[in-house]
Amino acid sequence: MNVRNFIDRIKPTFEKGGKLGFLHSTFDAFETFMFVPNTVTRKGSHIRDCVDIKRVMIIMVLALVPAFLFGIWNTGYQHSVAYQMNWNFWQMVWYGVLKIVPLYLVTYIVGLGIEFISAQLRGHEVNEGYLVTGFILPLIVPVDVPLWMLAVATAFAVIFAKEVFGGTGMNIWNPALIARAFLFFSYPSKMSGDLVWIGGLSRGNEAWATTGGALVDGFSGATPLASASLEGLSSQGYSALNMFLGNIPGSVGETSVIAILIGAFILIFTGVASWKIMVSSVAGGLLIGWLGQIGGATDLPCWYQLIMGGFLFGSVFMATDPVTAAQTEAGKWIYGFLIGALAVIVRLFNPGYAEGMMLAILLMNTFAPLIDHCVIECSLKAKARKFKKIA
Amino acid sequence: MSNNINLRKGLNVPLAGAAVRTVRKTILPDVVAIRPSDFRNLTPKLLVKEGDKVLAGSPVLADKMSQNILFTSPVSGTVSGVVRGDKRKLLAVLIKTDEVQEYVDFGIRKVDELDAEAVKEALLSSGLWTALVQRPYGIVANPELRPRAIYVSAFNTAPLAADNEFVLADEFDNIQTAVLALAKLTDGGVHVSFNAEIKSRFEALKGITAHHFSGKHPAGNVGVQINNIRPICKGETVWTVSMQMLAAIGKLFNCGRYDVSRKVAITGPMALETAYVKTVPGMPMSAIQGFYGNDAEEIRFISGDALSGANVGAEGYLRFQDNQVTLLREGNEYEAFGWANPLRFKQFSSSHTYFHWLLKLLCPKKEYALDTNLHGGERAFVVSDVYGKVLPMSIFPVYLVKACLAGDIDKMEKFGIYEVLEEDLALCEYVCPSKIDIQAIIAKGIDTMIKEMA
Repeated sequence: MNVRNFIDRIKPTFEKGGKLGFLHSTFDAFETFMFVPNTVTRKGSHIRDCVDIKRVMIIMVLALVPAFLFGIWNTGYQHSVAYQMNWNFWQMVWYGVLKIVPLYLVTYIVGLGIEFISAQLRGHEVNEGYLVTGFILPLIVPVDVPLWMLAVATAFAVIFAKEVFGGTGMNIWNPALIARAFLFFSYPSKMSGDLVWIGGLSRGNEAWATTGGALVDGFSGATPLASASLEGLSSQGYSALNMFLGNIPGSVGETSVIAILIGAFILIFTGVASWKIMVSSVAGGLLIGWLGQIGGATDLPCWYQLIMGGFLFGSVFMATDPVTAAQTEAGKWIYGFLIGALAVIVRLFNPGYAEGMMLAILLMNTFAPLIDHCVIECSLKAKARKFKKIA
Repeated sequence: MSNNINLRKGLNVPLAGAAVRTVRKTILPDVVAIRPSDFRNLTPKLLVKEGDKVLAGSPVLADKMSQNILFTSPVSGTVSGVVRGDKRKLLAVLIKTDEVQEYVDFGIRKVDELDAEAVKEALLSSGLWTALVQRPYGIVANPELRPRAIYVSAFNTAPLAADNEFVLADEFDNIQTAVLALAKLTDGGVHVSFNAEIKSRFEALKGITAHHFSGKHPAGNVGVQINNIRPICKGETVWTVSMQMLAAIGKLFNCGRYDVSRKVAITGPMALETAYVKTVPGMPMSAIQGFYGNDAEEIRFISGDALSGANVGAEGYLRFQDNQVTLLREGNEYEAFGWANPLRFKQFSSSHTYFHWLLKLLCPKKEYALDTNLHGGERAFVVSDVYGKVLPMSIFPVYLVKACLAGDIDKMEKFGIYEVLEEDLALCEYVCPSKIDIQAIIAKGIDTMIKEMA
């Protein structure tokens, strides 16, 4: 309890009227991080479940860890393959750590900084929501994204997609996707094309380690989405197995279906994210993928749509964000289905913009309240009809 | 019409300290309190002054709005004090009890021979009218109205709640009388809901419409039952009454007495002995001193159950409608990295983010000595699907709570404010990871409705 004693001693300094009273929210954030507060229930239920938002958020982060770890390895692997380095496992991981840790430092320092300041200004407690946003954001950008761009995008998203609405729980759009959309539309050259998905590629024909070789002749670095046809995929050397395992270029955390499925299992089992949204999104993607295939829009079997690009990552981790998703149970089915369907429609019919997931989710975030409204209206009408019969 | 309604949603919180089925002692407290705050939205009119002698059944308070609604003394004795708070608000009338109890004689009456007016008159003059709770809003029933129906829940699913089959074992005849009497006040009949999983002696009652419910808490809440039998629509009124109050109403007709004495379950992890006592409402908590240790300041005294009871404090009194006292430990201490602890087996969580589900598989009977710690900080609504899982009603809890917060009458109406009382959403509050005081918000919403719709 020594730490506790220390905190109790310095606590008055940070309270209202104390010397550092203006840092109250910051102090509170660190204190409640270390100690569950001694607050007791005042009214209502005298006993409470021991789950809190911190717990929910840490489970979210835990579910992202497999994708994060795989992303680290894959970053090194892709670099090693592109530059014929023949690295061993640890070299790949080391390269991945060097590339990805800075992304995390930037998102957390910028994002949490803004969160702390705005909590301070409003005199609120610091919300935990950013821990997840900040963990997701580096996983959905190309590994070579310049850090200053990431910083600007993070700041934009945290301020304009979250804090202006009142913080975690009040936002309309998923902040991590807003940050990605901001990057995508502001700096398209760093967010799309063939050169951004593999570490070092955008800087040209030069490996990170001098001991390595030069870029493989004719190496393109394109993601499977850029050449989404059976012929295109095989000419790039991407098999369905590659795409399932995830040793392909792409945004940091989105490539491995296996890692994402582990996360999905954690989320569904703990009940932190809605399985209904995941299942319906996959169903929507499969249906449009299948219609596209029989309609001749693509020659890929529909399930290829699930393992390419960010479809699954989006379905599992981003569409299910409880704040921005539909809130009603029936609404979740509709919301998820439309996300999956829209994402694949964009992929099939818009060759200029290969990845539809981001905008599909943002669009459905916008419409989620409308879906809920319709669901509630319908359900109230059905209830009225049912009981009119009894009466 | 007998139908089985299986409620899949709900949660039984495995709180330790259920009462053993024995009556440990009979307590006639030195002082009992009659408190207007036991009744929602009551503006009391004081009918006695200090030093007055009262019998059990003598009027003490009246409802200023309809003065034929009387609140009578549960004991005979002398008015020993009138406690007032800010702006002279009446908080309690204290009555020092006589050693020998005397009752106002209301006369034995045959219910078959009474009409609705006579039943109403008998209930109003004896003070038992106040046992009738009117929904919407959970206020004392309005004698001018004829409700759609009267609903009774024959079983209790709240944590550690008193077992009706035990506490009312001798009351069958009285309850039968009361049911027949109340049936005269409505055209919709008296609906009694039973636990489908347990055979109840009260299923033999005549003149009732029986319903059967199975499921976890809050399946025993009368509000949940009404919602599943036939929801309350705008403009409709229903009355509810507890089984224990039915027994008191029956005694009024059968014995001519106002006798609200009852078996009260002393429960909870801080109770040294968990058992029943026979006592009256308004009993001070100090009267059960032997049931808890010397650490009263570390105990939360709850009149009612742990989810929806009132924190009355060591100086508090048993509420009019309650037949349970729950003693919990005040959890005002810090817990290092509690939220990150994978196990946390001293607390309980229904969420799979902890491993209590595994513990439940391994030893299904495990109970937890839960305390009153909030286990986190208050946040905005983040998670959306935990509330519906513990609320077997066709309403939208989060939307209702938000409408109450906004004070939006149209929306409150739409999302079901007419159908709920705080107790029905108590579990939503229990599971809420954002630690939102849902019951207080609902109470505020109901107050707004009463004010605006008056």
